[in-house]
Amino acid sequence: MATAKKRILGRRLRRLEDPPLINGKGRFADDINFPHQLHMRILRSPYAHAELISVDKTEALKVPGVVDVWEYKDIADLGPIDFRADKSAEELKAFRQYCLAKDRVRYVGDPIAAVFAEDPYIAEDAVEFITINADPLPVISSADQEPGEFKPGLSSEAGLLTHSFGETERPFEDAYLVVEVDLRTGRHSGVPMETRGAIGVHNKASDVLELYGAAKIPHRNRDTLVRMLNRAPAKIHLHEGHTGGGFGIRGELYPEDVLVLLAAERLGRPVKWIEDRQEHMMAANQGRNQHHMAQMAFDKDGKILGMKDEFWHDQGAYVRTHGANVPNRTMCMLTGAYRVPSFRAKCHFRLTNKTPAATYRAPGRFESTFVRERMMDIAADRFGIDRIEIRRRNLIGADEMPFKISFDEPGLEALIFDSGDYLTLLDKALDHFQWEALETSLAKRRLNGELVGCGLGIFVEESGKGPVDGARISVDNNGDIEVLTGGASVGQGFETTMGQITAEALGADYNKITVIHGQTDRIPYGIGAHAARATVMTGSAVNITAQKVKEKALDVASEMLQMPADTLEIENSVVFVAENPSGPTVSLAEIAKRLAPGSRDLGGREPNLSAEGFHNTSESAFPYGVHFAVVKIDPDTGHVKVERFMVGYDVGCVVNQMLLEGQLVGGCVQGIGGALFEEFSYSEEGEPLAVTLADYLLPTMDCAPKVECMVTEDAPSPTNLLGLKGGGEGGINGVAAAIAGAIDNAIGKVGAVTQLPVTPQRMKQILYEIGLGE
Amino acid sequence: MEKHDIKLTINGKVYDVSVEPRRTLVDVIRDQCGQTGTHSGCEHGVCGACTVLLDGDPVRSCLMFGVQANGKEIRTVEGLAEGKNLHPLQQAFTDNHALQCGYCTPGFLMLAAGVLEKNPDISDEELVDALSSNLCRCTGYANIITAVKAAAEQMRAG
Repeated sequence: MATAKKRILGRRLRRLEDPPLINGKGRFADDINFPHQLHMRILRSPYAHAELISVDKTEALKVPGVVDVWEYKDIADLGPIDFRADKSAEELKAFRQYCLAKDRVRYVGDPIAAVFAEDPYIAEDAVEFITINADPLPVISSADQEPGEFKPGLSSEAGLLTHSFGETERPFEDAYLVVEVDLRTGRHSGVPMETRGAIGVHNKASDVLELYGAAKIPHRNRDTLVRMLNRAPAKIHLHEGHTGGGFGIRGELYPEDVLVLLAAERLGRPVKWIEDRQEHMMAANQGRNQHHMAQMAFDKDGKILGMKDEFWHDQGAYVRTHGANVPNRTMCMLTGAYRVPSFRAKCHFRLTNKTPAATYRAPGRFESTFVRERMMDIAADRFGIDRIEIRRRNLIGADEMPFKISFDEPGLEALIFDSGDYLTLLDKALDHFQWEALETSLAKRRLNGELVGCGLGIFVEESGKGPVDGARISVDNNGDIEVLTGGASVGQGFETTMGQITAEALGADYNKITVIHGQTDRIPYGIGAHAARATVMTGSAVNITAQKVKEKALDVASEMLQMPADTLEIENSVVFVAENPSGPTVSLAEIAKRLAPGSRDLGGREPNLSAEGFHNTSESAFPYGVHFAVVKIDPDTGHVKVERFMVGYDVGCVVNQMLLEGQLVGGCVQGIGGALFEEFSYSEEGEPLAVTLADYLLPTMDCAPKVECMVTEDAPSPTNLLGLKGGGEGGINGVAAAIAGAIDNAIGKVGAVTQLPVTPQRMKQILYEIGLGE
Repeated sequence: MEKHDIKLTINGKVYDVSVEPRRTLVDVIRDQCGQTGTHSGCEHGVCGACTVLLDGDPVRSCLMFGVQANGKEIRTVEGLAEGKNLHPLQQAFTDNHALQCGYCTPGFLMLAAGVLEKNPDISDEELVDALSSNLCRCTGYANIITAVKAAAEQMRAG
């Protein structure tokens, strides 16, 4: 449960990570160089689907400065990019991607050959001299067309996945009302400002391979590389430097990461690869691309009887490291915060000839919230009741917690919503953002001819899925504190978060703390930064470890101050008698000296003021939120302006209010991008049409509203000591749902928005169809 | 490829470098002058991560060749602070949590510095218009605009 008093947790402390970043002293992937390094450049497929007959490297090898050129047959002993150890679905293995295309290319951007040269410009030149002979094949351009063949005899429908519980048909027969929708979410991605980068180094003396530019999950990727390269874990080290944004897509294991390692070993020189933006837009993981045909059944009181959904998930050309994680998360989070007695979801998990898809911030949740909340809006309209009221009638009650959702399919993990008071959050948010007054003022504006409206989305997020993470904390003789974790920092403020938890639990001086993350040679385990795990898992481990250090410190202090340990307190790294703060004190540095190896005062204690601790859990922590959007539509241009956006979110326990709001606001604006602007579109021939930032439109400052946040701590998680829940994905989850509802509201037609993003062209089309535009 | 000898002044220090004509300015600043605070985000002039001040004007250093900057005065993020004293913009960025991953930050700092030096009394609307030319993927921008306004006030007060 949450600690009784928070001294440091929750405060808006300045970030520990800022000083190098505002001074231009960051160490991002392209800032890392090694003497004598080579530069790698990838030749990528210009075909969306083709038989690869031959690759002619002769001319490229003649370019001065080129050291080597590889195609598949040069690395035929290297297997495809593997799934993470715990996710290897046997039946999906045939769909994995080789580091360089074998026999076939399956998307524009598929790596075919790698050039290694003395200079990156020369490597880029040399790629132009490689000739490929390929025979184009029919292109599968969408997941909802007839499946084709991934390879001879293997269907492009990689799996038919289901999640179900309860009686599935009866509720629909008995229903008073059935709502049906046909909805599509666009193809989006994280598009971090730093493109990917990888530098491979082979230490010949120790035979250790090192990968710089790692991010997100260095330890898990180390484990995958151990299997792929057949090396001992101690012979591969991954190093995370500064990471210019993650959002789920950066830091997964990609072909280029493996290629630089292999090349470093085989060519005997460090090998550096920095992705350019055009490559990034066709090579890094994309996501979201789903087509849902869903139904919801209601009784006469507006209570949900059942939910059905058949959807098509466009996986792109290969199944990458996550396996079928995204469609599975889509299904299991589809019922959201509502009581749904019966449920059947069926996903056509299909390969197409597009860039491979995987997790992007709130994977499966942004999509499923859009689908579910669209249906709730339509149901309210059909019943003639308020949008809020129908949600109230169906929200899971606080008295029903923990709320368990078990699926009929064998082997599917049940969800257990650990804690939550969804109605209270909704009420607080309605009050905080003055929803009623807002609706009244918008209605008045509509009477004056403005196309303005508001909408909402309610959702449950998942975070802190285990199983375990640990930490080591040590205080040196100078009083400097090292918090050693296997976590990862992708820009979210990991160091500050861990620093604040340490400062709270140990009573340490926040400014004396250094947080280590992403270094597999420093600590053998680590859960990384994915699926809002860092704060919950690593944070809990740090909390437990810091308390152990505190105990040890107080034991020594008790001896030094001649007072019982339970009468002592630590603040700002100084131990004092709780009842006599101006009395005698001893610092953590002095205690560390007393505990140094060889110290005469050690007694029977283990040397050093340090400890290691672990947080184990088999349960996730489920935060939840409410999003409200206000939009104004320009009928002439079809531009949808988000006038206001409000995020109400319960996170159990706030570590740093400023950082949490930063996550919520930043996530929200990314969601606005996905709802209104961003789309990886493709031609029928599978040609990507958005390969620059001039085609793929990220939100800019002038179209980002001031996002208002209301954060509550009403439902601390019982899964960890501090009550922590994750904050990384709560800003984006309900954005499309709320904006779609707001657009409907503005134009007076519920259910009008069926496809994301609602670009000006699509908005104009909707207006035209309802007679509001030309 | 034939190289040209050029002279760049970066944050007051002179760099005599020999460059191929096709090397972009951002690559010359980073790889040949060793000033890696300036970042390359898109290489086609959209994101603004590589913004530097060239004779006082904010420019995208990925859209220029190094040779075009011969003889020019360049200012980059490394030159903002005076010793340990942060520039008001740097201080405001950390005070207001105007950065998360920090990759776009040098570009935003230099853009804002250029804009505010030219027009210290810039209106809020003009400021948003000017800053909308750079991209940030983490913050959602609100804290960046807050920070720049706070710094502007500080800079006006001297």
